[in-house]
Formats: sequence, C-alpha cells, structure tokens
Amino acid sequence: MSHLSEDIVSRAHDLVALYPEPRSALIPICHLAQGQDGWLRPEAIEEIADIVGVTPAEVLGTASFYDLLHTEPVGKYVISLCTNVACMLSGAYELLEHGEKTLNIRAGSTTPDGMFTLEEAECIADCDHAPCLQVNGRYFGKLSNGDFDVLLEDLRNGNLDDVVPPHGTLCRIRRTVGLEAENGKATQARPTEEPTPQPQPDTLAPGQTQRRRRGRK
Amino acid sequence: MTVTEAPKIVTSRIGFEDSNTLERFLATGGYDGLRKALSMTPEEVAAEVNTASLLGRGGAGFPAGRKWSMLRKADTTYLVVNGDESEPATFKDHLLLERDPHQLIEGVVIAAYAIQAAQAFIFIRGEMALGIERVTQALNEAYEYGAVGHNILGSSFSVDVVVHPGAGAYICGEETALLESLEGKRGFPRIKPPYFPAAVGLYGEPTVVNNVETMSNLPWIIKNGGAAFAALGVGSSTGTRLFALSGRVNNPAVFELEMAKTTFRDLIFDKSLGNGIKDGKALKAFIPGGVSAPWFGPDQVDMHLDQDEVGKAGSMLGSGSVVVLDETTCALRTAWRITRFFWRESCGQCTPCREGGGWLEKILWRMENGEGHEEEIDMLMDICDNLAPGVSWPPQQTTICVLGSSIPSSIASAIRMFRDELLIHVKEGRCPFD
Ligand SMILES: Cc1cc2nc3c(=O)[nH]c(=O)nc-3n(C[C@H](O)[C@H](O)[C@H](O)COP(=O)(O)O)c2cc1C
Ligand code: SF4
Ligand code: FES
Repeated sequence: MSHLSEDIVSRAHDLVALYPEPRSALIPICHLAQGQDGWLRPEAIEEIADIVGVTPAEVLGTASFYDLLHTEPVGKYVISLCTNVACMLSGAYELLEHGEKTLNIRAGSTTPDGMFTLEEAECIADCDHAPCLQVNGRYFGKLSNGDFDVLLEDLRNGNLDDVVPPHGTLCRIRRTVGLEAENGKATQARPTEEPTPQPQPDTLAPGQTQRRRRGRK
Repeated sequence: MTVTEAPKIVTSRIGFEDSNTLERFLATGGYDGLRKALSMTPEEVAAEVNTASLLGRGGAGFPAGRKWSMLRKADTTYLVVNGDESEPATFKDHLLLERDPHQLIEGVVIAAYAIQAAQAFIFIRGEMALGIERVTQALNEAYEYGAVGHNILGSSFSVDVVVHPGAGAYICGEETALLESLEGKRGFPRIKPPYFPAAVGLYGEPTVVNNVETMSNLPWIIKNGGAAFAALGVGSSTGTRLFALSGRVNNPAVFELEMAKTTFRDLIFDKSLGNGIKDGKALKAFIPGGVSAPWFGPDQVDMHLDQDEVGKAGSMLGSGSVVVLDETTCALRTAWRITRFFWRESCGQCTPCREGGGWLEKILWRMENGEGHEEEIDMLMDICDNLAPGVSWPPQQTTICVLGSSIPSSIASAIRMFRDELLIHVKEGRCPFD
C-alpha cells in the first residue's frame, strides 16, 4: 500500500514521461506530494525516490535546498509576507510585526493549532501591490493591518477555500497531453477533473536512469 | 513629456479582461507570427531576430540572435525559458505569464523552430501559482489548436513544450543553476568555463536559455520584421521594453516603453507613468535596474532608459526594475535589506558570498540600530573588496556566479552617496529616520 495516493503516483509517472531524464520530474513530484500531505513526509520521499530512480537521501538533499519544499510540517495556511525593498518602503515590517502580534508567533513559526505558518519572504514579484503576501501561493496585496485581520478571519472561516487551495497545490490545471513530437504519437488527452486511470508500470529499476533522445527527424 | 507613441509589442492584450484566453489571442493576431515563421527557413527566422537586434531581457542584455548562433552543433538542442523572476522589485514576467501566456508559447515555438530544438521547457518560479496555471492551461489549448506538438500548424516541424515549476530559490534565475534545478538537483550554479549553456547545457547538450520577455517579443518581430523592431529605440537599445517601477512612487506598475527614448524623470514623474513621489516628497535616489545595480542620485534622473547610457554612467538597466527612494527613506536600511536578501539567497558554494554576505548583513544591521562604529564603514568596503575586487563597475568576480559580486553594489552606493547619513547612525546611536 503506497503512501502517495494512486492518483498522485499516476500523475508522477506522467510527469516522468515528459522529461528526457526521470530525475527532472523530482521537484514537480515533490509539489504533488505536498499537495497531499502539506509537507514532504519521509514515506513520500521514499516513494518519490523510487519513481525517479534516485535514493531518498538525494530527494531530501535536493528538496531541502528549496524554500517551497517543506521537510517539516507547516500550517494549513503558509503566509509568506514579503519584506523586500519595495515592500519595506511601503510598510512591510510594520505589517509583519502586526502579523506576529495577531497570530502570537514569531515569523518562521506555526500557530499551535496548526492553522497558520508565518514567514518573512523575499520579493514575490508583486511589488506594485506592496505591501503584499502570499497564502499558499496566492497573492494578496496593498494590505493594511485591518486587511490582514480580515484575511485571517476569511481563511479561518473557510471563505477563501475556492481561492486559496490546500498547501502545496501549486497548479490546479493538469496537463492534458503527453509528448507528441516523438514519432508523431499523440497521447490521449485527459479531462482535467477526472481522476487519472491506471498508474503506468514503472519501467525503470530504482537507481537506473533512462536517457531518451528526442530530436527532429 | 517624452513618452513616445511606440506600439505595444508585448503588452498589446493586457487591457483585455480575457487577455489570457485562446479566443482573445486568436482574435488579435495570435499565432500569425508562428505561421509566418514556419513558412520561412529556420535560418531566415534567426536572421530576422538578428536584424531586430533583440537584447535579452533577463538582466545581462545579451543579443538573442547572437546567443542562438553560438549553439554547439549537436543532434539534440534544448530551449529553456527563464521565468524564475526573483530579482527584488522585478515583476514584469509575472505580468506576461499571467496575462498573455499564449504570446509566450508562440514565442517559444518560434525560437524552438529557429534553433531546431528537440524540446522546450518553460521554467516558472514556484511562487507564481496563477502564472503556472495560466501557462499550463494555454499550453493545453495550444496543443489542441495545433500550435505545439506534432506537425505544428500543418508544417513538418514538431516540438514539445513542458511547463516546469520551480520551488523557491532566487539563485535558480542564474542560468546554469536553473539547468541544474531542471535536472532535479539543488540549484548550484555551475563552474565556468564552459561559460555558455550554448556549449554545455541541459543534460550536457547545447541549450539556449532566454528570458520570458525576450521570448514574448518574437511573435511581433516575425510578424512585423526585424527592421521594424530595430527602428524603435536608439543604437543597440532597440524595440520596447518593460520597466517595473516600484518604491516610493504614486503609481507603481509595469510600463512598456520605447527603449532609450524615455528618461528616468519621465518614468518616475509623468502622470501617465509613475505619477510622482508619494506625499509630494523629494527624490533621494533610485536603483535603475534591479537591486544588483549601483544606485543613481537625483542629478542623474534625466538619463535615458538606455542600456549603453546607463552602463557608461556606472550602473545597469539589468532586469528593468526601477526602485525609487525618497527623502524619508533610510539609505542604510535599504542597503541592509538588499544585502540581507543576497545573504539569504546565496547558494553557499563560495566562501566570499556565503560568509561575506552574512558579515555584511550583520554589520549593516548593527549600524542601522545605532550600534555601529565609524571604522566599520571601511570594514564594509573591505569585505566588499573580497567579493568584487576594487568594488568597481562592472564588478570583478571572485565567485562561481555573479550573485556574490552583486552584493557590494548597494552597500558601496550607500557609502559613496550617503556617508554622512551612515555617520549620523554611528554618532547618534540611532537611525535618524525612525
Ligand atoms: C543571480 C542571478 C539571477 C538571475 N535571475 C534571472 C531571472 O530571474 N530571470 C531571467 O530571465 N534571468 C535571470 N538571470 C540571468 C540569466 O542568467 C540569463 O542571463 C538570462 O535568463 C538569459 O536570458 P536573456 O538572454 O533572454 O536575457 C539571473 C542571473 C543571475 C546571475
Ligand atoms: S556566488 Fe554565491 S550564489 Fe553564486 S555560486 Fe557562489 S555562493 Fe552560490
Ligand atoms: S519587494 Fe515585495 S513583492 Fe517585490
């Protein structure tokens, strides 16, 4: 019985098929796993390692480099508040202080109820809406202290469930096609909503990497 | 005012609510550039881009056509699009990814055709969830429409495009780190030489890495001709360019402007652009091209947004982001925050960057909080000298990538332009702006 859901395993294999080398799918699959658990659980890391053909240590070693991949549990909502220069010039540190007080935690930690993680983020490329933040990757800008409080309430009450997906759901749109260019074989398009069918058999032994050349004729 | 009437090349659809949809795209000439490109030979397409003299929009300003011509001959060539956009105060690609994803895809397929790429990857910063969704959706539609995939638009050319999400690391904007990340590894910049991915790139194969905005210019260039593009701008700064304006201005936003025709004064003060400084305050300084760039003072505000002119004056247009500091802004605090950014984002491979960045951040923070010493101003410059010997412009490099040598810019600017202000922090034991 695998830890990752059948659907995620199937999607992971679809991802592997998109790249000339399976390991390239490592980070996208980590995002998928976080969509299930919120963070990268050791069980998930082992299964990702199997799927892309590397050791679990290599998955962890790669994932731990990246800010968006969590190797420890985080809150249901990760609030990443930008304090970089454009936001700082628009009061981001004052907003961060307000956030720390309101949530009663320091930036970089999670509320005891597991609801919110507050982070001091670097520029999130939304500087025209300074001061701004992201909740699970979704933007909220030009925030006053009052707006921040309303945002917390809305998140707590589930008013934003449609807007802010569970943590780790980077992309709610699925790629509907596989690779077409090679041999002119079009992969069957798949509707977005339906769960993916059977997981494809893993044709690679763990540790083995496959190199396929895809060139024009 | 001198804001020219140049055509909107990459933001022509932004005004439409549904600018991201295939319907709007097709109704406004979408995929015509690709259709035309496919009726030409790959060499003719590349020649058109050479004529346009399109400079890369990712920061280094390298001519795109020349980059393509440097590709090592090989069976397999890759195209990688850099959508990592993490340079502080840079938010132009964010706009293009969310608001005109088909234009990007059209540009990508045109470039893939010109260099005969085996496959193309669009690397999008992991924080841009909506951008990733929009481009993924557009890509699904483009496959269905026949603009990507097998026998594109009825031609014999086939190529696949894959959207690849990043996972949060500024350094992955550096092209060799991006390739490492795309290979599923930590984003460590590669040791140079080889200097260019065009020689050794993704999986060791020759690879072109181009910025999102660079790619988004291609449909217009092919449709209207490279000469029409080159007719805009001045000298080597051709076409239009996106400028992201932020900081202490009334109207922070992205503006598409003809290259080299507009001045920083226009950008900051013109009613149709930045619309002046907040609360009518006075301009103190501005950062002309991303936080890696040395700052300019109010006396340089009449300079044009021209890559050569800004370069000669000792800074760069870089990523096209302009940050405005006004009289209420503390120069020391600004330099500290920029340094903190670089220190946090250092990948840690090189000692001067990893350690030096941290020391600089700590000294600046202490000084900002009134606990600095006068001789530490020289110490700051000394550490900067270890990162970029001579602390000159363009910086000398002691590290694997230029992140390290970018750290001194803001510190040296603050010290050179606002030494008195730093001394007040030291002497009065507090920040005069608090
Ligand atoms: C530390 C660092 C960060 C960079 N970040 C980006 C980025 O976010 N986006 C980008 O297009 N280029 C970035 N670059 C520049 C790329 O290395 C590369 O020059 C560029 O993507 C080439 O595309 P262009 O020729 O179309 O400009 C960065 C460079 C460095 C050294
Ligand atoms: S200069 Fe800094 S970011 Fe660049 S490779 Fe060295 S340690 Fe990494
Ligand atoms: S500085 Fe905060 S989003 Fe760019």
